[in-house]
Amino acid sequence: MLNYIIKRLFSTVPVLIGISLLLFFMLRMLPGDPAQVLAGQMATPEEIENIRQQLGLDRPIYEQYAAYLIRLARLDLGRSARTQNPVTQEIWARLPNTLLLAVVAITLACLFGIPAGIISAVRPYSWIDYLVTTSALFGMSMPVFWLGLMLVVVFAVILKWLPAGGTGSWQHVILPSITLAAFVVAFIARMTRSTMLETLSQDFTTTARSKGLQERVVVIKHAFKNAMIPIITVVGLQFGLLLGGAVLTETVFAWPGLGRLIVDSILARDYPVIQGAILIFGLLYIMVNLVVDLIYALVDPRIRYD
Amino acid sequence: MTDIAENSTTGSGRLTDDSSLHRSWAKLKRNRAALVGGVLIVIYVLSALTAPLLFSGNPSAPNLINSLEPPSMKDPLGTDELGRSILGRIIYGSRISLVIAVGVVFVGMICGIPLGLISGYYGGKIDFLIQRATDAMLAFPGFLLALALVAVLGVGVKNTVISIGISMIPMYIRLVRGCVLAIREEVYVEAARAVGTRDAIILLRHILPNVMVPITVQTSLSMGTAILFAAGLGFLGIGVQPPTPEWGAMLGSARSYLFHAPHVATFPGIAIFLAVLSFNLLGDGLRDALDPRFKL
Repeated sequence: MLNYIIKRLFSTVPVLIGISLLLFFMLRMLPGDPAQVLAGQMATPEEIENIRQQLGLDRPIYEQYAAYLIRLARLDLGRSARTQNPVTQEIWARLPNTLLLAVVAITLACLFGIPAGIISAVRPYSWIDYLVTTSALFGMSMPVFWLGLMLVVVFAVILKWLPAGGTGSWQHVILPSITLAAFVVAFIARMTRSTMLETLSQDFTTTARSKGLQERVVVIKHAFKNAMIPIITVVGLQFGLLLGGAVLTETVFAWPGLGRLIVDSILARDYPVIQGAILIFGLLYIMVNLVVDLIYALVDPRIRYD
Repeated sequence: MTDIAENSTTGSGRLTDDSSLHRSWAKLKRNRAALVGGVLIVIYVLSALTAPLLFSGNPSAPNLINSLEPPSMKDPLGTDELGRSILGRIIYGSRISLVIAVGVVFVGMICGIPLGLISGYYGGKIDFLIQRATDAMLAFPGFLLALALVAVLGVGVKNTVISIGISMIPMYIRLVRGCVLAIREEVYVEAARAVGTRDAIILLRHILPNVMVPITVQTSLSMGTAILFAAGLGFLGIGVQPPTPEWGAMLGSARSYLFHAPHVATFPGIAIFLAVLSFNLLGDGLRDALDPRFKL
C-alpha cells in the first residue's frame, strides 16, 4: 500500500508540472506588460522596473519558469499585490474555512444523496423514484448562488432563524453548507440510483434473494457494497465541483474562504494571490482523487495495491 | 454538470443511419421530460430572437422614480434598483445567455473534437502530450478554470465565451478520444486504411460520424453548464458587465436589496434555472433515445 501511495504521488508530478505551466503562462498571457499590471496604474517607472527584476521578467522565459518552479518547491508563492503579505499566509488564513464548508457539505450530500439513490433504485418507476430523479434534475439545474440567496430570503429575512452571512458560530455554517451540498447531492443521488439499478439486476443479488435473505440485507450487504466504487468515484469528482461552487457560495454568504479570496483578488487584479489560490485548489483536487483511489482498496477487498 | 466522457469508452451508433434516426426520434417524442425540455428551449430561443417585439423600450435605461417596485400590472416582475423592468431585462438577458451558450459550445467543440480525434486515432507521443495537457486542465474544476482564464483575459461577453469555452475543451477531448479508441479498431476503419484512404478522410468520413451521438448529447448538457457558468461569472462581477442585461449580473446586484425587495433576486434566478433545466431535460432525453448505454 505504501509503495502504491509513493508511486501514485510520483504520478501526480506530470500533472503538477502541467498545472504550474498553466499558471506560469497565465501571468505571461496578460495583455501588455505584466510588471506594469502588477505595479498598478500609479506606479513609477522605477517601481515597475523593480517588479520586473523581482519577478525575473528581464530573463529568458525558460529561466523564469525554472525560477518559478524553485520558488514553488520552497512553498514561496510570492507576495500579495494588495496587502503585501506572503501569499501562503493569505491562503492558510482562509483554507480552513473553505475546508470546513466543503467537508460539511459533502457529508450532507452523502447523507441525503446516497439513501435517496438507493430508495429510488429499490422502487424504480414508483412515485418516490420520480420524486428523487426529478429533484436531482432540479438540483443539477439550479444556480447555486440563487439557491443561496433564496435560503437567505426565507431563513434570514422572513423567518429570522439563521444569520444571513459571516462566520462565528455553528449557525453560520448551516445555510452555506446546505447551499453547497444541494449543488452535489443531485449527482450523488443519480449515480447511486443508476449503479444500484445495475447491481440489483446482477446474478449475485438474484442468488442472495433465492437464498431467502431479507430484502434489506440483499440491498445493503450485497448490492450496495458492490455499487460503492462508482459512488465513491463520483463523490471524489464532485469535490472538484464543490470547490468551484465554494467560490460562489462564499460570495453569497460573505464567508471568508479561499473562494472569496480568489474573487476579491480577481477584482483587484492581485495575480500572485490568484495563482497561489488556484494552485492550492488544484492540489486539493489531486489529493482528493488520491484518497479516493485508496478508499477503493478499503471498500473492495478485490482491489490490491501491492 | 453531467459528464458522459467517462462512460463513453465504446463507439456508438451513427446519426446518419435513417432507420436508427427514425427510431431515436420516435423514442425521443415518447419521452415527456425531453419534450418539456424541447418546448422550454423553443420558448427560450424565441424570446431571445424576438426580444424587441416582446419588450418595447430600452431594458438598460434607468428610471429611478420606479426603483424596487414590486410586481404589478405595469411591471409583471417588478423593477430593479434603477427602476428598470425585470421582465424586460430577463427577456433581453435570454439573448446574452444564448449567445454565450452557443459560443462556449462552439469553442469547446472546435478545439476539443479535432484534438480528441487526433489523440485517439494516432496514439503514441501525440496522444501522450494531448492527454497530459488535458490532465492538467482537468486538475482544475471547470468553473475554477474559467475563473482563472477570465482573471487573465478580462471581463465582457467575448472573454466570458472564450474562458468558459476553453474550460470545456478537455471534456470534449476525453469524450471523443474514448470513442475513437474503440472505433479505430473496427473492420470498416481497417478496410479504409487497407485501400489507402488518407487519415484525414478516415477521421472525417468514417470516425467522426460515429462519435456524433455522444457529442450531440454532451453538447445539449454543455449548453446548460455554459449558462450556469456564465451566470456565475456575471454574479461575481467578472463576467458580462452592467448595464448589459445578463441574468447572473442581475442576481449579483440584487444581493444588496434582499432585505427590502427579494423579488429582484427571485425572477432572474428562475430564468437561469429554467434555461439550464431545459437543456438538461433534452440532453437526458437525447441520451436515452440515441444511446441508452450512456444512461446515468
